[in-house]
Amino acid sequence: MMTLLDKTEARAPAQSAPVAELEPTQKAGAELLLDALEEQGVEVIFGYPGGAVLPIYDALHQRETIRHVMVRHEQGAVHAAEGYARSSGKVGVVLVTSGPGATNAVTGLTDALLDSIPLVCITGQVARGLIGTDAFQECDTIGITRACTKHNYLVGDARDLPAIVHEAFHVARNGRPGPVLIDIPKDVQFERAEYVTRRVARQRNCIVTPPVQPKEIERAVELMRQAHRPVFYTGGGVINAGVEASAALRALARETGFPVTSTLMGLGAFPASDPQWLGMLGMHGSFEANNAMHGCDLMIAVGARFDDRVTGRLDAFSPGSRKIQIDIDPSSVNKIVKVDMPIIGDAGTILEALLTQWRKRENEAAAARSRLSEWNAQIQTWRGKNSFAFKNSDQVIKPQFAIERLYQMTRGKDVYITTEVGQHQMWAAQHFHFDDPNRWMTSGGLGTMGYGLPAAIGVQIAHPDALVIDIAGDASVQMMMQEMSTAIQHDLPVKIFILNNEYLGMVRQWQELLHDGRYSHTYSESLPDFVKLAEAYGGAGLRVEKPGELDDAIKEMLAIDKPVLFDCRVSGEENVFPMIPSGAAHNQMLFGGAFTGDEVSKEGRVQV
Amino acid sequence: MENASVYPVPQEEAAVAESILAVIVDNEPGVLSRVIGLISARGYNIESLTVAEVDAEKHRSRITVVTRGTPQKIEQIKAQLGRLVPVRRVIDISEETDALTRELALVKIVSTGDKRVEAMRLAEIFRARPLDTTHTSFIFEVTGARDKINAFLDLLKPLGLTEVSRTGVLSIRRGSEAE
Repeated sequence: MMTLLDKTEARAPAQSAPVAELEPTQKAGAELLLDALEEQGVEVIFGYPGGAVLPIYDALHQRETIRHVMVRHEQGAVHAAEGYARSSGKVGVVLVTSGPGATNAVTGLTDALLDSIPLVCITGQVARGLIGTDAFQECDTIGITRACTKHNYLVGDARDLPAIVHEAFHVARNGRPGPVLIDIPKDVQFERAEYVTRRVARQRNCIVTPPVQPKEIERAVELMRQAHRPVFYTGGGVINAGVEASAALRALARETGFPVTSTLMGLGAFPASDPQWLGMLGMHGSFEANNAMHGCDLMIAVGARFDDRVTGRLDAFSPGSRKIQIDIDPSSVNKIVKVDMPIIGDAGTILEALLTQWRKRENEAAAARSRLSEWNAQIQTWRGKNSFAFKNSDQVIKPQFAIERLYQMTRGKDVYITTEVGQHQMWAAQHFHFDDPNRWMTSGGLGTMGYGLPAAIGVQIAHPDALVIDIAGDASVQMMMQEMSTAIQHDLPVKIFILNNEYLGMVRQWQELLHDGRYSHTYSESLPDFVKLAEAYGGAGLRVEKPGELDDAIKEMLAIDKPVLFDCRVSGEENVFPMIPSGAAHNQMLFGGAFTGDEVSKEGRVQV
Repeated sequence: MENASVYPVPQEEAAVAESILAVIVDNEPGVLSRVIGLISARGYNIESLTVAEVDAEKHRSRITVVTRGTPQKIEQIKAQLGRLVPVRRVIDISEETDALTRELALVKIVSTGDKRVEAMRLAEIFRARPLDTTHTSFIFEVTGARDKINAFLDLLKPLGLTEVSRTGVLSIRRGSEAE
């Protein structure tokens, strides 16, 4: 009943009738695709051409409405689209060919799935008659990407194409956002059919966000009124819910006086400069954030999914709290941690409803403040630990110091930060501070090294006049280094700030912690000369080795109007602290200093 | 055995129970793979699975999945299935009191003499219908709840049971309420 061949064969005879060719309102599938993308408001496509998408590229060639950014590797196209989407709130669009084009996109799609980034990825496929024959550049794209997309489609008939595109955008945007893939056989791209607008296209009743339930809001506010030790635990979902959600969070936090912490993905939803801000929580989060989570009596999770990097040891996770979980996705609720009160809905809408309900009682703000005074004093004590502090040096550049200087020297600018994955990513999260949403693009769920450079390209496309910096590591940056060429081609002056410690730093840190410092294959031997490499691509390269030279070098980098590789030589043995080791609870953090070897329990050792 | 996964296995305190889910889906290419892929990728168990189109006009199919887990796990499976785009509805049949469930089995018995007679007698008791007979074999068709079929098969084991084919569980809710 559900084989691919049944459908395609059944439909095949109808479509090649010569009458269709003469019908003036009919267009080729490739044109229908572009019409639908235009109607969906697509301005930019990140892509890489190939045999199975030639008709689409030909149609693209004749249109000026959609800009195409050619990348150097399909994974780069997906990350660029992620950066574009995350920084602009729009859906990112990717166009790649069949076979290797599709398989190269898989890492990016999985990244977008885990971090809930709305994408539509168009892949070419061999002609319908060749599917299943191991044709040249054929792969089972639908089968391969089923597990790494929110949904995917194989277009069996050009008549279905416009409706599929419209539904794909609906699926990508709504509910918990994510990547959607449309696989279009090459002959469908030539096949002629009528265009169907978004308004009249078949609408399936899928991914519906339920309306606010006033009873739930009342009960939640009642819990908030009784709380003595509350905390907001916010995640990437607040960013996904748009700037309105961040605004509602700020307003609600201010009126209630509740402190706010955030996951890695949620940074910027609440301003880091606010006195109620606790800093990031989790494995490398702040002492005050993790202790507040451990000691609270009411946890309000908003668009956060209780990731293992956040919870630490589950049976010791926030033992004394009631938990409210606000999430748009019913499957994210009660998945890891059983909560007392799930609220399904859009983060912004729910937060606004909570605020309205909270305001219904007069003098509530004053009452809340006096109720929280003890809790606030406790938090103040934890803050005093200053857990992100590090020992600076005037001989070598400490990576934390480099990020601190980068932050100070870019304050007041329209700045967007992307990162790769590893120690530098954690230091960036700790020492670069965000006051606005959509300013911080990082690979949180999948932890994809190589994300930052192409993501920065996508961000710069969305914000041509902004300052876009990829805070990178020497190992990660080489994974997508070829995208320097894309940046040059499209005049995108992204700044790649490499914290070069000549190690796969985070892996090295774990080897120090868990494997008695046997640094198996984590020393980055034969590193390229990043300055020469930048110049070879047509960009600029800078190198700095002494703390005293850092500020001038950063100033120089900011003044260059083209892509820059900034080789910041930092001390190699620095570890990221504080740290909750695997298998430990939120109140069992490690601080600076050398590891002794018995920090991690037997159970913790088997964890990632 | 020690935990083979790199991730911790949280102590599951709640009791594990069987659950029957009816999943109403758009009958489109790949929908069965999506449902099965989701279940296997997330490590849920499938004890039985049946699928067929039930509404040709609307292109709707009904998938019946029998699975096991703690109540939290079952809720998670239902929520995950509900997220799939072609899934129209997930009905937890086991939440209903007295839902009807049926399974059909075809059973081949090869035996002679007393064993053959005893198999015949058992078939009568279980209201199994003979579909094919030779001097040395029977094929029975039996329908009923899964437990009944399991009991029938257990009894037939020493009597020359050689081959079994089962449909897996089908289910429907009692009363006037439709899907």
